[in-house]
Amino acid sequence: MDNKYETIIGLEVHTQLDTKSKIFCSCSTEFGSEPNTNTCPVCLGLPGTLPVLNKKAVDYLIITGLALNCEIAFYSKFDRKNYFYPDLPKAYQISQFDLPLAKNGYIKVETEEGIHRIGITRIHLEEDAGKLIHEGSIDQSSGSLVDYNRTGVPLAEIVSEPDIRTPEQAREYLNYLKKTLEYLKVSDCNMEEGSLRCDANISLRLHGNKKFGTKVELKNMNSFKAIEKALAYEQKRQRKMLENDKKIVQETRTWDENKSKTISMRGKEEANDYRYFPEPDLVPLEIDEKWKKDIEERLPELPAVKRKRFIDEYNLPEYDADVITDSRDLADLFENSVSEYKDAKVVSNWIMGEFLRLINEEKTAIEDTKITGQLLAKMLKMIDQDIISSKIAKTVFEEMFYTGKDPEEIVKEKGLKQISDQGELESLVEKIIDENPSVIDDIKNGKDKAVGYLVGQVMKETKGKANPQMVNKMFKEKIK
Amino acid sequence: MKLYKCSLTELKNMIEEKRVKLQDIHESISYRTTHTDPIIKAYVNKNETYNIDELDQNNYKDTYLKGLPIAIKDNISIEEIKTTCSSKMLEEYVPPYNATVVEKIKEAGGIITGKTNMDEYAMGSSTENSAFFPTVNPWGKNRVPGGSSGGSAAAVAAGMVPVSLGSDTGGSIRQPASFCGVVGLKPTYGAVSRYGLVAFASSLDQIGPLARNVEDIALMMNVITGRDEKDSTCVNRDYPDFTEYLKNDVKDMKIGIPDQYFDIDFDQEVRESVLNAVEKLKKAGAKIERVSLTGAEYALAAYYIIATAEASSNLARYDGVRYGLRAEGADNLKKMFTETRQQGFGEEVKRRIMLGTYVLSSGYYDDFYLKAQKVRTLIKNDFDQLFTDYDLILSPTTPTTAFKIGEKRDPLKMYAADIFTVPVNIAGIPAISVPCGFDQKGLPIGLQLMGAHFKEEKLIQAAFSLEKILNLDIKYPALK
Ligand SMILES: [Zn+2]
Repeated sequence: MDNKYETIIGLEVHTQLDTKSKIFCSCSTEFGSEPNTNTCPVCLGLPGTLPVLNKKAVDYLIITGLALNCEIAFYSKFDRKNYFYPDLPKAYQISQFDLPLAKNGYIKVETEEGIHRIGITRIHLEEDAGKLIHEGSIDQSSGSLVDYNRTGVPLAEIVSEPDIRTPEQAREYLNYLKKTLEYLKVSDCNMEEGSLRCDANISLRLHGNKKFGTKVELKNMNSFKAIEKALAYEQKRQRKMLENDKKIVQETRTWDENKSKTISMRGKEEANDYRYFPEPDLVPLEIDEKWKKDIEERLPELPAVKRKRFIDEYNLPEYDADVITDSRDLADLFENSVSEYKDAKVVSNWIMGEFLRLINEEKTAIEDTKITGQLLAKMLKMIDQDIISSKIAKTVFEEMFYTGKDPEEIVKEKGLKQISDQGELESLVEKIIDENPSVIDDIKNGKDKAVGYLVGQVMKETKGKANPQMVNKMFKEKIK
Repeated sequence: MKLYKCSLTELKNMIEEKRVKLQDIHESISYRTTHTDPIIKAYVNKNETYNIDELDQNNYKDTYLKGLPIAIKDNISIEEIKTTCSSKMLEEYVPPYNATVVEKIKEAGGIITGKTNMDEYAMGSSTENSAFFPTVNPWGKNRVPGGSSGGSAAAVAAGMVPVSLGSDTGGSIRQPASFCGVVGLKPTYGAVSRYGLVAFASSLDQIGPLARNVEDIALMMNVITGRDEKDSTCVNRDYPDFTEYLKNDVKDMKIGIPDQYFDIDFDQEVRESVLNAVEKLKKAGAKIERVSLTGAEYALAAYYIIATAEASSNLARYDGVRYGLRAEGADNLKKMFTETRQQGFGEEVKRRIMLGTYVLSSGYYDDFYLKAQKVRTLIKNDFDQLFTDYDLILSPTTPTTAFKIGEKRDPLKMYAADIFTVPVNIAGIPAISVPCGFDQKGLPIGLQLMGAHFKEEKLIQAAFSLEKILNLDIKYPALK
């Protein structure tokens, strides 16, 4: 679209790690609790308290680093990032400065322009701050309330290289990260609940130039869509300025969703000096080979690999593979079914159809449903064995979805077994023939399609339980 | 016999042998305090949560400390008792939790008599920096008790309590012990939990005991040492029964006397007194040799960089948001922060926060903080090297005896008073100060013994022997 300038984007993602307790104390990380109930002297930063590292948070960070092709540091440490703000009880954030736990990784994203490699500079562990509640800006508001429940929730900060060239790539990068973190089950990446936040750096330079242009930091984007929009807006704004020989100022700009534009927040001269220094209250972190190995063994198959394998191994169409590998739980459900029921496409149809329909209707998480791969496979076999019709199967499936009961049991309880008894069906067929003389005439006059109507009548009488193939055959024989 | 004059060990024995009632001990101590503390001003707050009349000695029958009294420096957190750090900032602050040492003392059956005065946030060497009032040295009412644990030393010296806890960041236990003619031990960094100790300089702070004899120090070390899951810097190891080392035996003990320490220009009477003690140790069989130990003057410089850097970060949390003082009438956030800190902190605390902020600032970090850390490593290595050949290193505790209240107005002169004590904190090793004589003004002189990491038992054995060899007749100060 524009040949003169190249856009350079780097992203900084903060994602909450889904540990049960906080990073430096034993308080719960649960979202949505009463304000200031998930707190203790440690996370409130009371005088004399000390942090103790939650090893689980380290595990989660290492597995994330491995999944994003990073080197894991065998020696790493924590540092204090000092600044004053009411949501930061110690007036410093325990973070990692020069020795992050993971670095030098990369991911590959696919857009319409092809496959693009995006480097990951570093991933480090830090603690989250609390939440301020006030009207407008803190200095205009008559007061402010603080909720420290979020203080000390572990965060992974994932910093990309300035390798992103378009807003679309940025979106794809984020989608990839989100999907990966969800696969690893280390974060739920919920932007509304603030468990994933993203800042962006963007600058423009003339094509062919080695030197970067002046960068602008973008903040306050609350969805992937907003990030893409903000970057596109900023790309256009900077281009216009450069084309008019205006200088870009190094600054932080905030995204205004309502006005769909970025607004200047603060300049470079107001930037904080965080006075980082090693956290003396924690000992350096040493990751031995065994610790790393143990985590490596727990590393699940990642979405892109799984997608390719599903296409190769199960002959799934690309579309099906995309949908099914979108979530690890969905993919697991699929594979568990396929291990007992060989027709992968049938399994995929049921998962993409009935299963996702119910998930969307009920707005539940996949992992919270009662359906298992074993149950689905068993039900599909029952269809093949003419025990139930495909239509009845939908009723059985819904029942399984809500109760987790065995399909055989459901069929027995509800009397859903298919009627395949020759005599029983014959009397029904004869009854329908007697009741519909005009339809019979139509058929005799060559209107073959009307047979379907008669079959439908039998199905209605039996509440769908009649074996439709048998009924169809009987009508054809009798009317000839 | 006056019970308040008895040592902790004597009182413990008398109770065990049922020769005295616990209530009588507390009565005697309380009576002494009521008549003495108005002159000495050792206590900031008395513990009002217990009543002598209701003390039941049977409740302490199976405990180590038998219900005996202990005073605690006012920077160690006790649940429901004010912990002020002798600062306006925390004048009304009541911690909702106990420091680990307090838990240990309670479990051991100790009764805390109250919180002792100190230099504000442990910053100072005279207790004149208390925001409330200076404490007076029981040996001369125009003399400082030393600091920052001046209240703890004075209370013990004046017979208001047999033992107390102080904290030592650059000499804050040993220097007041020396000035007040009592024994004070700074344990190895990591031997005693810092959880609940209001941080001044986290990598240097250590809690330790003060008492009128070495025996009581051993007793208290048995109570307070040990691993703590709440303090990651606290080392996981087993400690001996320190009372087993109360042996008058220095035969073949190798003690080094650093030339560099004695080359410093310091008080002649202190020098003679220390060298006299050296001669007596020699006669008792100790092998004493002159050694080279560089870096005392660098240690002082490194100390004032590291300690202030850490302090500037540790004291940032006092911002008026959650607890402690909040300036009235500030109409915006920045004003609330700055006015609270302006009003809440004293001059010396502000000076150190500013120094520390400066040395951590971008552009200065490498020249100051990083360089100081390198000096620290060198000093530590020097000590480690010496301890491969020597059991102990001996020096004066302080260059002079107690100076006059108001005498040292120049902060640099005040800092220089720490020259013998600071290297110990920089190296993280243990050291003890024991009385070795009096100057002509009748003021006590202290001798310092330094040991290798976690070799407190050697310090105790040598200090106990020295005590027996010198057999000083330390009378109770006249308290004019
Ligand atoms: Zn907590």
